[in-house]
Amino acid sequence: MAGVAVSTTINGDLVEYLCQPDETLLEVLRDRLGLTGAKEGCGTGDCGACSVIVDNRLVCSCLVLGAEAEGRQIETIEGMAHGDQLHPLQQKFLEHAALQCGVCTPGFLIAAKDLLAKNPSPTEEEIRFGLAGNLCRCTGYDKIVRAVQDAANVMKGA
Amino acid sequence: MRYIRPLSIEDAVGQLAGAVGPAAILAGGSDLLVRMKGGFIEPELIVDIKAIAGLSDITETADGFRIGAAVPCAVLGENAALKKAWPGVVEAAKLIGSKQVQGRCTIVGNLCNASPAADSVPALVAAAAKAVVAGPSGKRTIAVEAVPTGPGRTSLAKGEIIEAILLDKRAPHAGDAYQRFIPRTEMDIAVVSAGVNLTIDEAGVIKAARVALGAAAPTVLLVEEAAEVLTGRKPDEATLERLAKVCSGACRPIDDKRGTIEFRRKVAGVLAKRVATTAYQRAGGK
Amino acid sequence: MNFDPRFSGRNFTSVGTRPIRPDGVDKVTGRARYGADFNMAGQLVGRILRSPHAHAVIRKIDTSKAEKLAGVKAVITAADLPDLTDGDTAMYDILDNSMARKKALYDGHAVAAVAAIDARTARQALKLIEVEYEVLPHVTDVDEAMKHSAPLINDAIFTEGLEEKPVKPSNVCKRTQYGHGDVHQGFAEADMIVERSFKTEQTHQGYIEPHACVASVNADGTADLWVCTQGHFVYRQHCAQLLGLEVSKLRVTSSEIGGGFGGKTHVWAEPVALALSRKAGRPVKLVMTREEVFRASGPTSATSIDVKIGAKKDGTITAAEATLRYTCGPYAGMWAEIGAMTAFACYRLENVKTVGYEVLVNRPKTAAYRAPSAPMAAFAVESAVDELAKEIGMDPVEFRIKNAAQEGTRASYGPVYGPIGIGPTLEAVKNHPHMKAPLKANQGRGMACGFWFNFGGQTCTDLNIGMDGSVSLAVGTVDVGGSRASLSLVAAEELGIAYEHVKAVVADTSSLGYNDMTDGSRGTFSSSMATISAARNAIKVLRERAAQMWDIPVDDVAWEKGHAVAKGATHGNLAPLSLKEIAAQSGKTGGPIAGHSELVADGAGVSFATHICDIEVDPETGATRVIRYTVVQDAGKAVHPTYVEGQYQGGAAQGIGWALNEEYIYGKDGRLQNPGFLDYRIPVCSDLPMIDTQILEIPNPNHPYGVRGVGETSIVPPLAAIANAVSNAVGVRMTHIPMSPPRILAALEAEREG
Repeated sequence: MAGVAVSTTINGDLVEYLCQPDETLLEVLRDRLGLTGAKEGCGTGDCGACSVIVDNRLVCSCLVLGAEAEGRQIETIEGMAHGDQLHPLQQKFLEHAALQCGVCTPGFLIAAKDLLAKNPSPTEEEIRFGLAGNLCRCTGYDKIVRAVQDAANVMKGA
Repeated sequence: MRYIRPLSIEDAVGQLAGAVGPAAILAGGSDLLVRMKGGFIEPELIVDIKAIAGLSDITETADGFRIGAAVPCAVLGENAALKKAWPGVVEAAKLIGSKQVQGRCTIVGNLCNASPAADSVPALVAAAAKAVVAGPSGKRTIAVEAVPTGPGRTSLAKGEIIEAILLDKRAPHAGDAYQRFIPRTEMDIAVVSAGVNLTIDEAGVIKAARVALGAAAPTVLLVEEAAEVLTGRKPDEATLERLAKVCSGACRPIDDKRGTIEFRRKVAGVLAKRVATTAYQRAGGK
Repeated sequence: MNFDPRFSGRNFTSVGTRPIRPDGVDKVTGRARYGADFNMAGQLVGRILRSPHAHAVIRKIDTSKAEKLAGVKAVITAADLPDLTDGDTAMYDILDNSMARKKALYDGHAVAAVAAIDARTARQALKLIEVEYEVLPHVTDVDEAMKHSAPLINDAIFTEGLEEKPVKPSNVCKRTQYGHGDVHQGFAEADMIVERSFKTEQTHQGYIEPHACVASVNADGTADLWVCTQGHFVYRQHCAQLLGLEVSKLRVTSSEIGGGFGGKTHVWAEPVALALSRKAGRPVKLVMTREEVFRASGPTSATSIDVKIGAKKDGTITAAEATLRYTCGPYAGMWAEIGAMTAFACYRLENVKTVGYEVLVNRPKTAAYRAPSAPMAAFAVESAVDELAKEIGMDPVEFRIKNAAQEGTRASYGPVYGPIGIGPTLEAVKNHPHMKAPLKANQGRGMACGFWFNFGGQTCTDLNIGMDGSVSLAVGTVDVGGSRASLSLVAAEELGIAYEHVKAVVADTSSLGYNDMTDGSRGTFSSSMATISAARNAIKVLRERAAQMWDIPVDDVAWEKGHAVAKGATHGNLAPLSLKEIAAQSGKTGGPIAGHSELVADGAGVSFATHICDIEVDPETGATRVIRYTVVQDAGKAVHPTYVEGQYQGGAAQGIGWALNEEYIYGKDGRLQNPGFLDYRIPVCSDLPMIDTQILEIPNPNHPYGVRGVGETSIVPPLAAIANAVSNAVGVRMTHIPMSPPRILAALEAEREG
């Protein structure tokens, strides 16, 4: 199997790696680049725990090949905060206790960031359907939805 | 295993035609990668078609719309003209998977995966969409319903790629719609589904209709008898009841983990009624 | 250590506030390390070969081709995990479940494993292992398995608990019985009797993080295991015993845990990872796929339950009886017994009898799932209670209030209750605005009650005070949902310092004494008790040091609001010494200041909840939608109310999924048809409404702050509450869980056809 040389941008930094043709972007991020914030909950695109943004599109990194990342702009949870300044969504997730075990949290934060970028004033229903690709088994989603609502308000005011 | 990203359709066709082992076409990957992960397919060659010029575009032509094979479903939803002309096709495409999957999945992939439960296919069939097939011996245009031949099987020959889906220019007073039944509100595969496409006259009488059912048989069902029930009538209660009965009767479903034969039969009729009503309203009928 | 655990009413400063959790920033930035996020130098990738058959004799396993594949460093079978269990049948079952020894007992049962340099090589190697099976007839259904004609899963099992010793082996491994009074007499006194049979399908905890571990065994017999678990001390115990390691030489570190709900109380692949590491001489990382999690971890029981309840016209229940049959997977369990204990625990009954049957089937070994066994029993009982109320013509809440257990009631499972919350939750529901909200067409409202015992158990905590006065709290109960925050609050409360100055961590097994696992809603209850005890011990040292600094008798030093205070007229002008000031001098006054605690936390207060829900049913398709949901539950004392609410909401959501759409679906071939999140349908965000909560606080007399466990009870009422709501919406009584659209539509059609 011939390795594929890839040059891409992750969280604003130029990154180069060699990956196998069938290796997923999630495997590359976690096993080659040490970016373990994206989680594998299912490997089949059903849980959203591996969500990242590729060229402004929210995707499951388990359903993207590492080879496809060539020349793209990738955003992961590791790039969400600015230095020690948490993103408003991160802050609101903490304040609302929108996480219990926290394993789905990186995926939710990335998905919520994408949601608010495209719709800064979502209704509760829009939030719920917008985040339906992210499974959480701990919270019943109540506090997650409230955190996103609160973050949307803060971000609009900013 | 090799991964290639050809820049022309000819190159892609040539690579696929010349492949020694199993080869796979990669557009959105939302089916392919799942099948690879599950060990159901181990391609020797992966042909990523996203760099091929034109395949990532939706173009409005004199005849209608041309949707490139690599256009993600999310982009369909962002195209105002397409949404206005073919709301049923777009709503069907928008139902595939999650937001995450929407950014990747394509209607051509949905068609070629050849699942009887594919969401966009009944809507495309109802819309009389056509597929442009590029292959070693040139290009041909075929009806969408001619593509899947059974669960997981298509009529495409080795080396052939569907490069685009064609939708007609919309006549006035026409509307289409699609609905599926799923147990949850999102993230499920259709248990059963219906797509309806109607044209009505000034008086609101249906002039032409196409009704397609998903997950009701090994391939998408174009129910001609259902079209006959609607044609020449308005969707009053009696007509809708007849439509439901005809659709339920046309089903040849199976019992599986997603639903029973009885359930699929019954709900196919219920959905056909609801979808026909929406399509009629979209056509301007009252 | 004379620790007094009794409740003492006090005014709280920290407890009851809602600060940000100490592990929060790591979790929102992606830095928190879960089971699969840890790596060791030179680590291999482990993968497991699993049986495709539900029941089969393993004739032969040929691993030679796999061993020859370049990059493969170890291949193991059961032969590499010799039986060291010495007659301990429970441990033998764990061993056999980790790696099948003679027979594969379910679809997904491990039969061999490899360790290779990468995942691709490991996957290829699995394909090269040749297993010769003799396929046997199988049984997956609970009622089928009880029949005499059913395929026998283990011919060494003879039903325990029968009056006459059985002569033939059986799939029923045990019969148990609970109750008191005379149910025959009680039913004779009844004016109305409801008798119904119910079934519930098997569900999975559905934690988002698959099981994952990194195992490293050294040639000198020392070993390390990094693993996501609810109980690293228990994992250590089990792994050490199965691998023949000395307990203290195996260090187990619990990673952050991505959900457990009972499913991570049990070792599955960890002994395999250790055995692979031992054979390969290198660390091995073993992560289950989602499919493996569904096929081969520990879902809950499928059940079949008969209930009979009789009452007088005035609403007094005269007798209640239930027969409960629970699947255990292929190994013995006590799941039906727990169901039999919890079934009628909410009620004050003169005559009650419950019988449980533990049933072996060719499904994965049953594990705990949040208040294990209680939701199914409550579904059956609370459905029948609703029907009985309807027949009598009484409001279902009033009917329950009339029969609710109270302080002094003898519980159906034996003990006499102290102060309990069932009555107060019912009164709160009765007065809740939700009960008066209008309903639309095809909508129905249901309510139901639930009970869970709550556990205590062995607990050990260390509290160390730094020289800057900050406090590090090392606990041994895994934090599954915010307990580091609540335990920090408790330490702050007891010491009289600010929450921000306490940092709680979960210590590894080499750094702290043994702790039982985080199960039975014991995490905050038990570890807060140990934390209070440790803090009190530290305060004793702080007082001694202050006495030394002041050169006065220690008996003259009291501890108030985080300060040592000199008591008595002779010490009038001594300014109080803060914890920080005492800590700063600790190097000169006797060294580090710490408090330790080892205890068995007794007296976990029982827990009750009552839920209300509104459901809308589409009568044409059987589709359901949850319109509104309210949880009322007794917390004893809510240490961190936001996380208490989170437990209430999370349990309700899991119960809703169970009630409506989640189920294990087996084919005729005995293979699991839906081992993935696509077709094992847990609720998504758009499926649920906001879940309202009301926390009641009826102090637990056996805890200094009155704390009761809060984690599990919230999953008990939803199945019945939703069934009752569906019944009230469209008039059909659903007796089979989940109430999926095809089942509801079929029931509606049957009703229409009369």
